[in-house]
Amino acid sequence: MDIELRGITKRFGDVVANDDVSLTIRAGEVLGLLGENGAGKSTLMNILSGLYRPDQGEILIDGKPVRFRDAKDAIRAGIGMVHQHFMLVPVFTVTENVVLGVEPTGLFDRLDIGAARKQVRRISAEHGLEVYSDALIEEMPVGLQQRVEIIKVLFRSADVLIFDEPTAVLTPQEVNEFFAIVRSLRDAGKALVFISHKLREILAISDRISVLRAGRIVGESDPKTATEADLAEMMVGRAVRFTVERKPAAGGRPLLGVRGLTVLNENRETAVDAVDFSVGAGEIVGIAGVQGNGQTELVEALTGLRPAAAGTVSLTGTDITGLSTRQRHALGIAHIPEDRQRMGLIGAFTVAENSILDSYYEDRYAAGIALRWPEVHKAGAEIVREFDVRTPSVFALADTLSGGNQQKLIVGRELSRDVKFIIAAQPTRGVDVGSIEYIHKRIVEARDAGVGVLIVSTELDEIRALSDRILVMFRGRTVAHFDAATASVRDIGLAMAGVVPQPRAEQVA
Amino acid sequence: MSEAGPATNLQGDLLKRAVTTRNDVEEIFLVPVLVVAVAIVLGGLIMLATGIAPSRIGIAFAALFTGSVGSIGALSETLTAATPVTLAALGVALAFRAGLFNIGAEGQILMGGMAATIVGFAVTGLPPLLHVTLALLAAALVGALWGALAGWLKAATGAHEVITTIMLNLISFRLVDYLLRTPPVQRAGRADPISETILPSAELPRILTAIDPNLRIHAGFLIAVVLVFAIHFLLFRTTRGFEFRAAGLNPDAARYAGMRSGLIVVIVMAIAGGLAGLAGANQILGVLDRASPGFSSNIGFDAIAVALLGRSHPVGVLFAGLLFGALEAGGRQMQVSAAVSIDLIAIIQALIIVFIAAPALVRFLFPFAFGKEARR
Repeated sequence: MDIELRGITKRFGDVVANDDVSLTIRAGEVLGLLGENGAGKSTLMNILSGLYRPDQGEILIDGKPVRFRDAKDAIRAGIGMVHQHFMLVPVFTVTENVVLGVEPTGLFDRLDIGAARKQVRRISAEHGLEVYSDALIEEMPVGLQQRVEIIKVLFRSADVLIFDEPTAVLTPQEVNEFFAIVRSLRDAGKALVFISHKLREILAISDRISVLRAGRIVGESDPKTATEADLAEMMVGRAVRFTVERKPAAGGRPLLGVRGLTVLNENRETAVDAVDFSVGAGEIVGIAGVQGNGQTELVEALTGLRPAAAGTVSLTGTDITGLSTRQRHALGIAHIPEDRQRMGLIGAFTVAENSILDSYYEDRYAAGIALRWPEVHKAGAEIVREFDVRTPSVFALADTLSGGNQQKLIVGRELSRDVKFIIAAQPTRGVDVGSIEYIHKRIVEARDAGVGVLIVSTELDEIRALSDRILVMFRGRTVAHFDAATASVRDIGLAMAGVVPQPRAEQVA
Repeated sequence: MSEAGPATNLQGDLLKRAVTTRNDVEEIFLVPVLVVAVAIVLGGLIMLATGIAPSRIGIAFAALFTGSVGSIGALSETLTAATPVTLAALGVALAFRAGLFNIGAEGQILMGGMAATIVGFAVTGLPPLLHVTLALLAAALVGALWGALAGWLKAATGAHEVITTIMLNLISFRLVDYLLRTPPVQRAGRADPISETILPSAELPRILTAIDPNLRIHAGFLIAVVLVFAIHFLLFRTTRGFEFRAAGLNPDAARYAGMRSGLIVVIVMAIAGGLAGLAGANQILGVLDRASPGFSSNIGFDAIAVALLGRSHPVGVLFAGLLFGALEAGGRQMQVSAAVSIDLIAIIQALIIVFIAAPALVRFLFPFAFGKEARR
């Protein structure tokens, strides 16, 4: 089944989300749809899956124009969408989730779960989507949940599958498995759309690439010949640097000292196990590791959000182990949190309110018990301008900003004070290429100004681009230590899996 | 969507507030008005269904109007009834803003009211202004402690405030019963549970006796209005209020920002309890002059509805409180003039709450009243 979109235009108020977009999706082919956050990818796919109606333009299936009144129409036409956020009932089994809404029934509308199970098993065998049909969703890892979403779409006999940022939630291993599934679906004659802003993945999986920028198709590309740099330029509209320009580390006096730090998680198990390291002024130390190896707990212990079970943390030689988050903040520790929605921002607060979220108590914003709103608004405007946060005004709610702009707001808030030390956890997660480049630049600038920086990230590329030294965390310990200039990806990767190259395993004093 | 983008705006533009949109107006004014209209129409239909003649329904609604705003006496009754529910609802709204469900206003009213009663009759020889102030402070303090107890239980043990405040309500019901049967609180010579009468020096002075000595509206109403603006200031103008709102909207972000969530919970519940305690004092010192079982007469639960109707905004709470006061005062008149059961007023109040809880329902019923944006 081939689908053609012709001249699709969709407006929301004054904002043109899609502007005269034309696109062809062919059976037996993976179309990569590339674009930054807010470029209009999701709107376009929501039109194709019947959730929105276009203001202009038409959709043709095998040459015949069609009109979708709602999502059901699109499903009937064979178009299925796998959303970024899964729509599964956690307490239901795989089979129950798959048949939800289209349950096969027997006499007197009795649910025929046996027939349903058989169909689920058939689909999963046919496309290499291995799942246990009676497993509960809440007990499954994310990668498997995604398979259930795919089976759901196939169960509704979709010939066109749209994947919206499907790899955002997957580990590298799961990404490879996911790609194998996509290829098998393609070889079975399905038409697939892969939406992403990750250049490497788009290049790896697509047969054709279309690039969307500011609501318009700005180019098509052949993945066999295109490079990441070409695509990034098309996507952002200017040349993008992938390597951060940086001078060698100044290597000043030691700033942050961590000695024998042990931290427990919620279940009172050791999450961080007697970790030692130090970070100097004007130095960036990166902590690499697969998610869930104690990085979150380490950051929380360093920022005072979680108590240390043993060991000490010191800043410029002063013991800060017992200090509260507020006291550490006042000493000049900045914290860019791992999860900006959960911790870094209050979505229903304005940009200005968020820009003083952790310094509202300081004299420049507070006079006695009263907040000095004019100063707060000015500070917000300052950060917005300085850190290129795209927002109509400082009174806009943080929720209304795109992910990249939210992150720039957080980074701006944390870096625009007089800071001595920056703890940045996943500073560019889910952020578009242009913003990544910008955030990296600002972090390196802070380093050059003599600030100590600790970067915690599961993106090895990011760690390597920024760090002067790299520590690898595995099961709560720092298992390896590398000089960023000489370390090989292979060695770091092995250390992340717990395989430590012996000569380099010595702890850093 | 050009590269220049809004980020290159001049400071003036960045600091410009968004114009109030049609959507805001609909949300704040249109929805509550329509909710009340629908509730009254449905109330009329229910009266019809219960076999009341249409002519009497007309009389009933006329009585609802005249009994609430039809005369200066009616207005006085409306404001008198609005005062305690507004005070208690302010506390509930404040707690909502901080992410806490204070179901305990009823118990806090009882505890505060009892404190006011005891100070009102037991402390003698004080000049009027001082005595009533002392009684009010005692009520606020005891209510605050009662509220803070639930806050402390949450902060220290994680016990959910819905459970603890409901349980504290039950305890306060029985505690009041016990006190009312125990001398010296129990009135000398009485076998039934009723308290001593407070001294005249502890009464909240009536404020419109110059016009008509029977007008019951008292100084408590002025206190409530002042507190509406005080709570507004607290929530939106102070660093504490910033903490309350942050903790209410996103507790993790509040912790990240170095705010002390346990302390916030205790302070918020104390203020909420203090406001409810004042509501209790208003009933005793302004209206009843003595305590009897159940003198809180559900004000603490109405307060939850009023807080919701007012969208947890202090000024909204004031208007919602006035509406409830009007329904209360008008309802009494309705009962007298049209012999319509007081239960019907309760049903209309309940309908209002149902519709407020489901704004989408109102939008569905009145699609023509709303802009396109809101219906999307």
